[in-house]
Amino acid sequence: MPTDVENWKSEVYGNEIRDRLFEFAEEGFDSIPDDERDAWFERFKWWGLYHQRNGQEGYFMMRIGTPNGVLEPGQLRTVGEIADEYARGPGVNPIFGGAYADFTTRQSIQLHWIELSDVPAIFEKLEENGLSTQQACGDSWRNIVGNPVAGKDGQEVIDAWPVISELNETFKGNDDHANLPRKWKVSVTGSADGSGQGDINDLAFEPAYKAVGGGSGGDGAGGETEDTVGFNVRVGGGLARNEPRFARDIDVWVPPDRVPDVAGGLSALFRDYGDREDRYNARVKFLVDEWGADEVRETLQEEYVDFELETAGRDVREEYTYNAGEGERNDLIGVHDQKNGENFVGLNVLVGRMGADDVLELADLAEEYGSGEVRLSQRQNVVVTDVPDDALDEFLDEPLLDHYSPSPSPFMRGSVACTGTEFCSLSIVETKNRQVRFARWLKANVDLPDDVDEFHIHLSGCTASCAQPQIADVSLRGMKTRKDGDPVEALDVGLGGGLGEDPQFARWVTQRVPVDEVPGALANLVESFAAERDEGESFRAFVARYDDDELDALVEPEETDYEDPMMHNTKRTWYPYAEDDAMEDAPPTPADD
Amino acid sequence: MTTRLRVLDDGAWISVNDGREVRVSELWRLDAPELCECALTDLVVENFQSVGVDGSTVEVRAYGQCIACGATGTTGWIPVGRVRGGEFTELDRSAVRRVRR
Ligand code: HEM
Ligand code: SF4
Ligand SMILES: [Zn+2]
Repeated sequence: MPTDVENWKSEVYGNEIRDRLFEFAEEGFDSIPDDERDAWFERFKWWGLYHQRNGQEGYFMMRIGTPNGVLEPGQLRTVGEIADEYARGPGVNPIFGGAYADFTTRQSIQLHWIELSDVPAIFEKLEENGLSTQQACGDSWRNIVGNPVAGKDGQEVIDAWPVISELNETFKGNDDHANLPRKWKVSVTGSADGSGQGDINDLAFEPAYKAVGGGSGGDGAGGETEDTVGFNVRVGGGLARNEPRFARDIDVWVPPDRVPDVAGGLSALFRDYGDREDRYNARVKFLVDEWGADEVRETLQEEYVDFELETAGRDVREEYTYNAGEGERNDLIGVHDQKNGENFVGLNVLVGRMGADDVLELADLAEEYGSGEVRLSQRQNVVVTDVPDDALDEFLDEPLLDHYSPSPSPFMRGSVACTGTEFCSLSIVETKNRQVRFARWLKANVDLPDDVDEFHIHLSGCTASCAQPQIADVSLRGMKTRKDGDPVEALDVGLGGGLGEDPQFARWVTQRVPVDEVPGALANLVESFAAERDEGESFRAFVARYDDDELDALVEPEETDYEDPMMHNTKRTWYPYAEDDAMEDAPPTPADD
Repeated sequence: MTTRLRVLDDGAWISVNDGREVRVSELWRLDAPELCECALTDLVVENFQSVGVDGSTVEVRAYGQCIACGATGTTGWIPVGRVRGGEFTELDRSAVRRVRR
């Protein structure tokens, strides 16, 4: 039997949702018929609106999809102005204030506390400035990700930006691909660093060389000069629900101009063969499990493309460093060379959240020192591009960069956190503010070995894994436990994950550490690492030498002077930082103006 | 009167007549020998799998983990509340819950 969600989607979905959304916005939240709320909230996701959790009735998270994380000159200012004007609600965050923007792990932007009545005005402003929320959530093509500095990066094999732009044009608002069985996440990377994180997406294009038009295959020696640069294709990655998968190699190479055909073919294959009866089994990763990569390739060839597919070309995976746990350029923070002789400067945004004032100031700085363009990375950070050499020193001296540093402490730099109980219905624990407190405490109290300047800690509030915990040095995931008999928030601890040539999911070695003992546990772990590591050994390589029990023994939870004010069940509050935080004190649904 | 019962947002909550009524992240005490060997399972509810109604009693099957022993699994049908005249009342969350069928 099709699910409720499938029934609702078959009635109204895609572009046509917009008219009704605007009618409801005009007539007020209460105009959504009582018995259609579930259906409409599900559909609104397609337009980037996700109803916030229980206790926050009538408020929405709004996701703006910025393809490849590219914000053209002026667009960051638009985001800052919208955040400042509309992303304010009854809850004020003690660290980030009353209005802020979240830069996400898929190079998008999230705003909170959005009221339905403001949506038409926000859409108008976004669209006037070339931005959109279309398909930012819901069962369709999501924001396309990649190396954010595509087209500029000195390390580039091929410029993926024109390909990404074309995919975005083709598949946003495309009725044939609007209603898929589940979300469809695509990554296109043209650089040799792996920063598009293709391995954890439903569909990944990664750079590869191939000798085409006769001759021997691309892997023969000496043929390099005739090789064409294109993309190898992988399918079926994703991290959610205790079922993490890396995308599987389907042995296909495509030239850049055929990427839309192959991407569209695979999206149509997913549309037609994906599971619509069981949403838990719907992601394409499960179809790849069931069929195997060969059958995916055969079906694509026979039913969805009208040209002969090439076999995979020679990839550059051995050069991947992004989030790989070792080597240079584990992230894009700091000053890097552009192809044109200018620089891009990656700035650390702790847990991806930036106050609206700071967003506006950053937009000013990007205009003053660069071209006005800003880009977003999958580590929740921002990159200011096009900074000429002679403007660099002055830019780096700007006071704003004290907070958003190009050379942060490893614990600040490595922190990624999802939305958590502040707004998310699925969450088991508080995340962003907690991770900020963790990072500050670790910075003040823990020393990494001198040669280790990166240490990635990712915190997700539940198994949906929005913070991509399984691909970090230390993975933290929301749980509960009892401490002195009382229920408290806790975290499972995983170790040794990362991407790179041979990606590896973290192993969950220690379960349910009460949150106030987590910083102590990390301090003890780092101490053991410093003492026991081989000369120059990375944390990931260190972890790989031990079995799970040995690692569990190295974690050693311990109370320290770290204090955690959010230890009780933050989900029982309407907003964990409100003075009167009880559910009964929840604000009323926003009135219509 | 029919009651609309749904598991929404990937198992994050139970909707009763288009209102959010039961949510994940609670700790439930369960008499559930099929889940683990603890005298009482101390279950963190991570996900709702399905919802149904038996007479006026709303029941769910939930995925979660016993925080006492670490066992994970999906429960049988556990009562979570009652619907009368279209109104849902949640059962006392601190009470021990038992599989009903
Ligand atoms: C039913 C509830 C939700 C589920 C199951 C869910 C699941 C997921 C998953 C699986 C990912 C991507 C991880 C991966 O496979 O790489 C993701 C991304 C993300 N989710 Fe959720 N999510 C939910 C609700 C929310 C809500 C309510 C928020 C915020 C209010 C949120 C914030 C995010 C963020 C920030 C990302 C990274 C995003 C992007 O740009 O798409 N999620 N979510
Ligand atoms: S990982 Fe879980 S808690 Fe965090 S934002 Fe995603 S769904 Fe919510
Ligand atoms: Zn147990």
